[in-house]
Amino acid sequence: MFKIISKKSLSSNIKRYEIEAGDIAKNAKAGQFVILRLHEKGERIPLTIAGKDTIKGTINIIFQEAGKTTTELGMLNEGDSIRDIVGPLGHPTEIEKFGTVVAVAGGVGTAEVLPVIKDLLKAGNKVITIVGSRNKDLLILEDELKENSSRLLIATDDGSYGIKGFVTTVLSDVVSKEKVDIVYAIGPVPMMKAVANMTKPLNIKTLVSLNPIMVDGTGMCGACRVSVGDKIKFACVDGPEFNAHQVNWDELISRLSLFKKFESASFENFKHNPECKCHKE
Amino acid sequence: MSQRIKMSERAPEIRNKDFEQVNLGYTDEQAAAEAKRCLQCKKPLCVTGCPVEINIPGFIKHIAANDPAGAIKVLKEKNNLPAVCGRVCPQENQCEKHCILGIKQEPVAIGNLERYAADKAAKATQTSQKEAVLNGKKVAVIGSGPAGLTCAGDLAKMGYDVTVFESLHDSGGVLRYGIPEFRLPAKVLDREIDSLKALGIKFIFNYLIGRTKTIQDLFEDGFEAVFIGAGAGLPTFPGVEGENFNNIYSANEFLVRINLMSAFKFPDFDTPIYKGRNVVVIGGGNTAMDSVRTAKRIGAESVKLVYRRTAEEMPARLEERHHALEEGIEFIELTAPVKFIADEKGFVKAVECIKMRLTEPDASGRKKPVAIEGSNFIIETDLVILALGLHPNPILPSLTKGLETNAKGYLIIDDKFMTTLDGVFAGGDIAGGSTVIQAMGMGKQAAKNIHAYLSR
Repeated sequence: MFKIISKKSLSSNIKRYEIEAGDIAKNAKAGQFVILRLHEKGERIPLTIAGKDTIKGTINIIFQEAGKTTTELGMLNEGDSIRDIVGPLGHPTEIEKFGTVVAVAGGVGTAEVLPVIKDLLKAGNKVITIVGSRNKDLLILEDELKENSSRLLIATDDGSYGIKGFVTTVLSDVVSKEKVDIVYAIGPVPMMKAVANMTKPLNIKTLVSLNPIMVDGTGMCGACRVSVGDKIKFACVDGPEFNAHQVNWDELISRLSLFKKFESASFENFKHNPECKCHKE
Repeated sequence: MSQRIKMSERAPEIRNKDFEQVNLGYTDEQAAAEAKRCLQCKKPLCVTGCPVEINIPGFIKHIAANDPAGAIKVLKEKNNLPAVCGRVCPQENQCEKHCILGIKQEPVAIGNLERYAADKAAKATQTSQKEAVLNGKKVAVIGSGPAGLTCAGDLAKMGYDVTVFESLHDSGGVLRYGIPEFRLPAKVLDREIDSLKALGIKFIFNYLIGRTKTIQDLFEDGFEAVFIGAGAGLPTFPGVEGENFNNIYSANEFLVRINLMSAFKFPDFDTPIYKGRNVVVIGGGNTAMDSVRTAKRIGAESVKLVYRRTAEEMPARLEERHHALEEGIEFIELTAPVKFIADEKGFVKAVECIKMRLTEPDASGRKKPVAIEGSNFIIETDLVILALGLHPNPILPSLTKGLETNAKGYLIIDDKFMTTLDGVFAGGDIAGGSTVIQAMGMGKQAAKNIHAYLSR
């Protein structure tokens, strides 16, 4: 069992938990994830490690309540426990001195960008962070991003904060003004795809962190397979980061829709009967 | 000499709708009668066919004397998982193949008798196992599948302080996530693992050695030897067009969802699965058989098994093939997929196949399948399961300096089951084993060698 030490709402449906997991904290690096299962009947879901405290022996997860499991997870409180957490999984982000790095973050992907830019900045890079959200209320981690970026640029779809427009609008402006050595894009798939399409003709190396459907997360089942440069890659062991210009985005988008119907059925069922099974064991 | 006693089975049209066991087990009378068929050979050849070296005539003698408690004692001296072996071992290729009775008639039903003794012991009050005198030495076992459990059990019996690290949230490895309950009920597996816990073995779940901790960390934590039984990983995909369409699963994914995650009970359980109406399974091994029979049980109207050779060449056990056919599975032999076809949303709707023919046996004696040009045809399907085998799990070797693999990715081990790292041993799938019993045999040999290594 893994105890929740603190709980914080970052926006209306995004929450941050600090969880006791000493051994995972010790070895976790930027870019890695955990797989968790809430209770006996729960599914295994991957979540990015959004920070850690080695001395306290804790890891942070940040998640958006989007379906049944994440909503149920959001109903837990400080002192409650999560039944299973395994990690850190996946390859860590390779941190080196590239020069000028642009990190593009969208939605809950912002949580994953934070540890990456922290390390990139420490490694001596100039880090320009571009974060996008639909509106001001959905923007998360602004202070932390600012603290760990050389420059922070904010874009909102409705113009309620920062620049009005998409992250690609801002990115296009940045790359037209200065030489960018590498781009990281972490967020919703359409956003990552748009960034990839933009940087490809400009020949700017671009890495994305993929979050396909997973089950075991240890390279056993192949649920998370993605086509990268015409090869099958397993996001859980070969990734989660890949060369954005080689990812077969349409296949990934299609594969993510595999259980759409099931997911909404499960969520509806849960909303009408929202008892948390964690407390019944 | 009397006839071999067949274990009674549930009717195919009933059993193919649930996950209860197919074989019902022997009654006391049946077991005693079958046991009496054993000639009690002075130099028993059956034992030579047993990778875990069970004293076969020894345990059978007790059953013949109506003493199942005595039988289980003899079994457990060598085999930590008799209820598992009695169910899933291919005895026809192991012990029973060597039985002298088999020359003129059918061999003694050694597997059935093993299962009988193990189940009987479980019903009686737990037989108290001799507590070994602890020798104060710690050994880490990575993976709780058949290789790891066997190695851990043998080491615990020798007095070692054994900790098993498992990356999943439950124990058993392939015995739990791979083999369906109609062949090996979870309760039976739990019982076997409970008796290992009673030997003092500790289990730590959700722990991926390589990532959560390294092998180096384990040595620093005071473990004096490590056994790697991390199992198979990465499923094989056929490399044909469209293989990543939706509702094309690897057998591992399909079986993990059903066996480990209870996805067939969705939405009571949270893990979803598409159950399929016209299912196509590709492959001919035991995993393919488990997949077709599982697909049928969760409600498919038709289930087809597509295999590039003929049923005769299938690696699956004869018994599994029989059971599958009885349960209404259609075998499409000498056929291979060339292309998957999807609807506009990317969900598979058909598989294009090609007919194959077999060449004359080559030097290795195997007939090679060759495509017959122009013989392409379409099978409509809404769920495809690919049971084409697995590659060894690459995580641990890729993260452990000095732990070397061969060209195929299997850990290199010497004749003492030691890897290229001092004090680190390996067995099972990750070191080239391929069946449960092979994995168990390797786990057993590794345990002996770990003991020798730590006694040097």
